[in-house]
Amino acid sequence: MKKKLTTVQFRGTKEQEEQLHAIIEKYRGVEGAMMPVLQQAQEVYGYLPMEVLKMISEGMDKPLAEVYGVASFYSQFSLNPKGEISIAVCLGTACYVKGSGDILNRITEKLGVASGATSPDGKYSLEATRCIGACGLAPVLTVNETVYGRLSVDDVDDILAKYQ
Amino acid sequence: MIRSHVLICGGTGCTSSGSISIKEALEAELAKKGLADEIKVVVTGCFGLCALGPIMIVYPDGTFYSMVKDTDVPEIVEEHLLKGRPVERLIYVEKKEGDEKKVHSLADTTFYKKQKRVALRNCGVINPEEIDEYIAMDGYQALGKVLTEMTPQQVIDEISASGLRGRGGAGFPTGRKWAFAAAQPAGQKYVCCNADEGDPGAFMDRSVLEGDPHAVIEAMAIAGYAIGADQGYVYVRAEYPIAIHRLQVAIDQAREYGLLGKDIFGTGFNFDLEIRLGAGAFVCGEETALMTSIEGNRGEPRPRPPFPAVKGLFGRPTILNNVETYANVAQIILKGADWFASMGTETSKGTKVFALGGKITHTGLVEVPMGTTLREVIEEIGGGIPNGKKFKAAQTGGPSGGCIPASLIDTPIDYENLIANGSMMGSGGLIVMDEDTCMVDIARFFLDFTVDESCGKCTPCRIGTKRLLEILDKIIEGNGELEDLDRLEELCQYIKSASLCGLGQTAPNPVLSTLNRFRDEYIAHVVDKKCPAGVCKKLLSYSIDKDKCKGCTLCARVCPADAISGAVKQPHEIDPNKCLKCGACMEKCKFGAISRK
Repeated sequence: MKKKLTTVQFRGTKEQEEQLHAIIEKYRGVEGAMMPVLQQAQEVYGYLPMEVLKMISEGMDKPLAEVYGVASFYSQFSLNPKGEISIAVCLGTACYVKGSGDILNRITEKLGVASGATSPDGKYSLEATRCIGACGLAPVLTVNETVYGRLSVDDVDDILAKYQ
Repeated sequence: MIRSHVLICGGTGCTSSGSISIKEALEAELAKKGLADEIKVVVTGCFGLCALGPIMIVYPDGTFYSMVKDTDVPEIVEEHLLKGRPVERLIYVEKKEGDEKKVHSLADTTFYKKQKRVALRNCGVINPEEIDEYIAMDGYQALGKVLTEMTPQQVIDEISASGLRGRGGAGFPTGRKWAFAAAQPAGQKYVCCNADEGDPGAFMDRSVLEGDPHAVIEAMAIAGYAIGADQGYVYVRAEYPIAIHRLQVAIDQAREYGLLGKDIFGTGFNFDLEIRLGAGAFVCGEETALMTSIEGNRGEPRPRPPFPAVKGLFGRPTILNNVETYANVAQIILKGADWFASMGTETSKGTKVFALGGKITHTGLVEVPMGTTLREVIEEIGGGIPNGKKFKAAQTGGPSGGCIPASLIDTPIDYENLIANGSMMGSGGLIVMDEDTCMVDIARFFLDFTVDESCGKCTPCRIGTKRLLEILDKIIEGNGELEDLDRLEELCQYIKSASLCGLGQTAPNPVLSTLNRFRDEYIAHVVDKKCPAGVCKKLLSYSIDKDKCKGCTLCARVCPADAISGAVKQPHEIDPNKCLKCGACMEKCKFGAISRK
């Protein structure tokens, strides 16, 4: 999947920067520390903008190309900020066979947000995720941390209405 | 004194449907009634029957409640736990051939009867966050036995004799893998666990980690002793927060008990574990890519040889086994290789866990002896296909596997049979498909996945899969020609033989297996420009049956494209040139007058 750099302005705070440096310090000397550092940096900032990647590059004394290479390789790392309301529709096989593709389409239609994008006002973001392992409840979607299962296309409007 | 235990499933499926709030409501209600000292609430791992979640079992009687809600809790406490009368309306009703029968105990459901639980033996039985409960189930006895009574060679011999094969995909003999690593000169070696369960639709590894994490820790320590390693890594998907949490709790408890760390059981053997999180890359399930990822790089595979047993993680001899493989190890040590080898078929020993999903009544996790037929799994354990639909195919092996058609439903499931039939075991996802599933669309679905997940290192996989996807898209959009089927087959062979790693080598399998087994469906798409299952939008056409149409105008009003015309109380008509094939009209028609072909 090709990842696009964000156009949203970076608004990192001093505290966040201190937290990031503490994380880098914690992993100094640990073999293979790049992934845990990126994962925890994403927890601090919510995403991994170029500004943060540069700080990691300097802090860990690794070329920026290498840091960016790892960040852009894995689907968990987001170079774009997530929306206030982050919707993820599972497109694992079990969900797909039970119609999650139609559910994704309906949400795209309703919100006007394409899969993988964030609405211009930063309110909604929508993504099609890999199997989240809740196959027993297929088809499944999550809004922020809440899981909605055993869905049909008709349930989409009701779920979205809760988050208006 | 505790007189009753209430077990509530805390697996991902049941947690998602609210089991934790049920637990809290139950504890509050018990406290209110003054029963907190008599009745203990235990959150366990996955029971397996995810379709009926949230699940609750009350012991000592073993009453099994399904689809429990918060609001049911006061009644359960008042009636069952106080007065001893099970709440009949929450008891699961099994429907079989028109008969309805209440099943009071989980063990009596057809879902459980045919199962044989080895890897999942503690899931849904113990509290995974209490090491004492694992120890009470003979936990860490195998590690004790290995360290005090056996030499590393004896451990390897026992595992080899059991016939245990890797449960993560290719089915490589576990004992042989360990022997290779053990034969390397002494020095830093590593034991790794692959818990990067990337196959969409497979969730057995997650359930083992959530329900019985100590079984994996114990087995990794045993493996460490066998090959001479003192450090292990568990590579878990970041998408599995509950599993990661429980595994970390288990590691901490094992360290506290001296079962991990320095001088285990006073034998001088050292072994410790660290969790590393994956970050959502399917290719990292491939062993060399997983190691590259732990090293902190892009998860790209490396050419083999050198094999990981010689030069693996950080360039040191390494073994990598899957979660389910490890979950069998302690049992083999305790009960013996002969016991394990007595289950299964000639070449595939023991049991296998399958994640049943898709168009099946009982979605969930099942563990059966190798050699069980697909029919037993789907019709008996799985409860058949819902809504009276017809079984069409079962997909195994995820994006690396293929589809087993209905005509082969009596095939015993083992490694060799699945490969002979154009699929593979994979990690054990088993997705059931009915007559409404289009096989071309499914092949396209998997290819879309592989194109996205190809790491890009080698050309056949990076470009080849993309070209396959383009041809499939062309067919689905109604522009296919017969030659495309030959092109697909030829390209598949190139990708299979020239790709660097398992991802690329198996990526064409979904296309090849559907082409072989469901060629008529491809031909219908290409020649007749029809999708027999009614899935591929571009190939559908909607029409209104003039005799059934009452002219209510509802369809014309819901049509987003103004493609339907007709006067009130007169039969309507669809203009095929304007029709978007969205199906809104068919959904809304009260007279069943609109059909799709």
